[in-house]
Amino acid sequence: MKISFPRMGYSYIAFKWLVENLGHECIVPPEPSKRTLDLGVQHSPEFACIPFKLLTGTYLEVAEMGAELIITSGGMGPCRAGYYWVMHQYLLDELDQNIRVMAFEPPLCDLKDFFQKLYWIKSSSGLSLHAFLQVLKVAWQKLIAIDDVEMRSHELRPLEINRGQTTRTLWKALERLDQADTLEEVETGRLEGLKHLDSIELDRTRRPIKIGIIGEIYVVLEPAANHYIQIMLGEMGVETNRSIYLTTYARTSTIVDLEGDIYAKARPYLNEAPIGGHGANSVGETVLYAEHGFDGVVQLAPFGCIPEIVAKSILPRVSRDLDIPVLTIFIDEQTGKAGVQTRLEAFVDLLERKRISKESRRGR
Amino acid sequence: MSKIGIPRTLEYFLFFPFWKGFFTELGHEVVVSPVTNKAIVEKGVEEAVNDACIPIKIYHGHVAQLADRVDYLFCPRLVSMRKGGDFGTETFCPKFLGLPDMIRATMENIPPIIDTRIDLKKGKNEMAAVCREIGASLGNQGPEITRAYKRGQALQEQYQALQRQGMLPDEAEERLFKNKTTTPEKTGPKPDLNIALVGYPYAVYDHYINAGLLKLLQKEGGRVFTQEMLTQAQMEREAETLPKNMFWYFSNQVVYGALHYLRRSEIDGIIHVTTFACGPDSMVDRLIEIEAKKRSQKPYLSIMIDEHSGDAGVRTRVEAFLDMLRYRRDKR
Ligand code: SF4
Ligand code: SF4
Repeated sequence: MKISFPRMGYSYIAFKWLVENLGHECIVPPEPSKRTLDLGVQHSPEFACIPFKLLTGTYLEVAEMGAELIITSGGMGPCRAGYYWVMHQYLLDELDQNIRVMAFEPPLCDLKDFFQKLYWIKSSSGLSLHAFLQVLKVAWQKLIAIDDVEMRSHELRPLEINRGQTTRTLWKALERLDQADTLEEVETGRLEGLKHLDSIELDRTRRPIKIGIIGEIYVVLEPAANHYIQIMLGEMGVETNRSIYLTTYARTSTIVDLEGDIYAKARPYLNEAPIGGHGANSVGETVLYAEHGFDGVVQLAPFGCIPEIVAKSILPRVSRDLDIPVLTIFIDEQTGKAGVQTRLEAFVDLLERKRISKESRRGR
Repeated sequence: MSKIGIPRTLEYFLFFPFWKGFFTELGHEVVVSPVTNKAIVEKGVEEAVNDACIPIKIYHGHVAQLADRVDYLFCPRLVSMRKGGDFGTETFCPKFLGLPDMIRATMENIPPIIDTRIDLKKGKNEMAAVCREIGASLGNQGPEITRAYKRGQALQEQYQALQRQGMLPDEAEERLFKNKTTTPEKTGPKPDLNIALVGYPYAVYDHYINAGLLKLLQKEGGRVFTQEMLTQAQMEREAETLPKNMFWYFSNQVVYGALHYLRRSEIDGIIHVTTFACGPDSMVDRLIEIEAKKRSQKPYLSIMIDEHSGDAGVRTRVEAFLDMLRYRRDKR
């Protein structure tokens, strides 16, 4: 069967491998382009959030490429994302597309449904249970390796001497991971990737401004949706730390890890969690970044994103209390790269001036 | 005795009689903000975060009206009304979940907020528990709280019963609190069309924000049916017919209401009032539109309201819709 899935950042590398090794043909979702957006805008409700529209566009594109099944995640609210697949199926049916959207609802809600779907996937692959689990394991390790090299790249980029070298090295590392087929190959790919990144020529005397990236998961994870904001900032000489990686929950040594912790951080400002999407996380993460001495925070959110609007209305207070500037960028179909760049430059400028005045005050 | 401020919007239309009865019985004074007007909308737009939907902005405007007139602002955190939706996951739109925090973070010089969490899916004694918490925070004692709770409940039941008899909230409220027994004279002709009007109560029953839609329909010969006129059982029946329920109480009510009226042969057409920049509505509206096409021949009209929704635009569209309904009916 020809199977596709939503694209989010570089995770498609792992998902592609997974689909193929389960014995199906993978239709790799293309990176969202102008055409994806146009298709999505044309066929989605006007006030749907941008991730919904981009996914509508993506699904129509993969349908064109022959996909018969899209596997995605469900969810039980409180935000719209958990209802995406239902709406997408409605819309695709309206357009007479012969494609099915299969969503995995959280096992905690409907364990039976979850296992039925998992079972379907397993039996359609023809693999033994042992082989099936092995495939899942390799795919998961791939995801971790992908996130590892990406994380490292964002630390190094602001220090690079030859502009663009980090990004090129990252892409090479991702290509290598794309080729890996066993746990050993994934691990070698990961280590090699990190080694190559670490051998990039750096100017260690720079002291980059540090910015935390928070917000809604899709626009935070998909560079094509956020105009490659982390690369953009990196090349402006800024170190970014992103609050969300698909493998965040399995990590303990990153600034943002376990969810309960985040909600506790948010509580003085937002006494309810979760409120859908990453709304409560955004408030808590701003607190965390302030505590870790970051210079500023950039909140990325789809235009009209309900939980991020709630967060945005609360963030000015957090910002004032903890003295950490926050820039909110709402993304919709009209958001252009140049506009984002100008706003980021002004923001970084502000952070630099702020740092200088802070240091001179301390020096006195 | 304290003065409790209740904004006349959002959940006001849902269960105002309960809170009015409750607080009054406890010996407090309930102060309600005036009906929405231009100044309130403008103030709300100025105060609220600019990306918010129009109902949330208007809420800020109502809060500003009450701010220096009351001792407490009543802004409970609505989390759930019942164990509803798939696997009991039904809740409210995230903006309701974060409402007290939004108000606190954005507005200055506001009185203390009563932001008790209302999460009724926990069990049938939960409402009583909520009342005890609120009562205690206002310095009231156990037995009087129980009495006040019962008073509120009695009023609420009457309010809902009146709505199920086909009465609109304005009238039902007058009947309850002003003891008016005569129904106000209906203006306009005898109704000859049955219109189902679905949408969030704060959009359907706020005459300012929807540019007098209800009155217009009545004046033009429409008899209006709203989702509040249905019983919970009638609503529940529709929940079964969807691939998946939505997660938001108000949205589900709208969807179930629309689906119910699609079945009723005496209903000539369906109007959905949707609000500008509302997240859930982007899905609610398309879902009703598609299901209306699938399940019936009934014409469907969606009217979006925003801070500038002028009389003229709404009027023309509604008149054209009603004309079309009459034409269809006469042809048959
Ligand atoms: S979190 Fe934001 S982007 Fe995601 S579904 Fe909700 S409104 Fe849409
Ligand atoms: S349901 Fe829509 S209109 Fe109501 S608060 Fe949420 S976003 Fe606003």
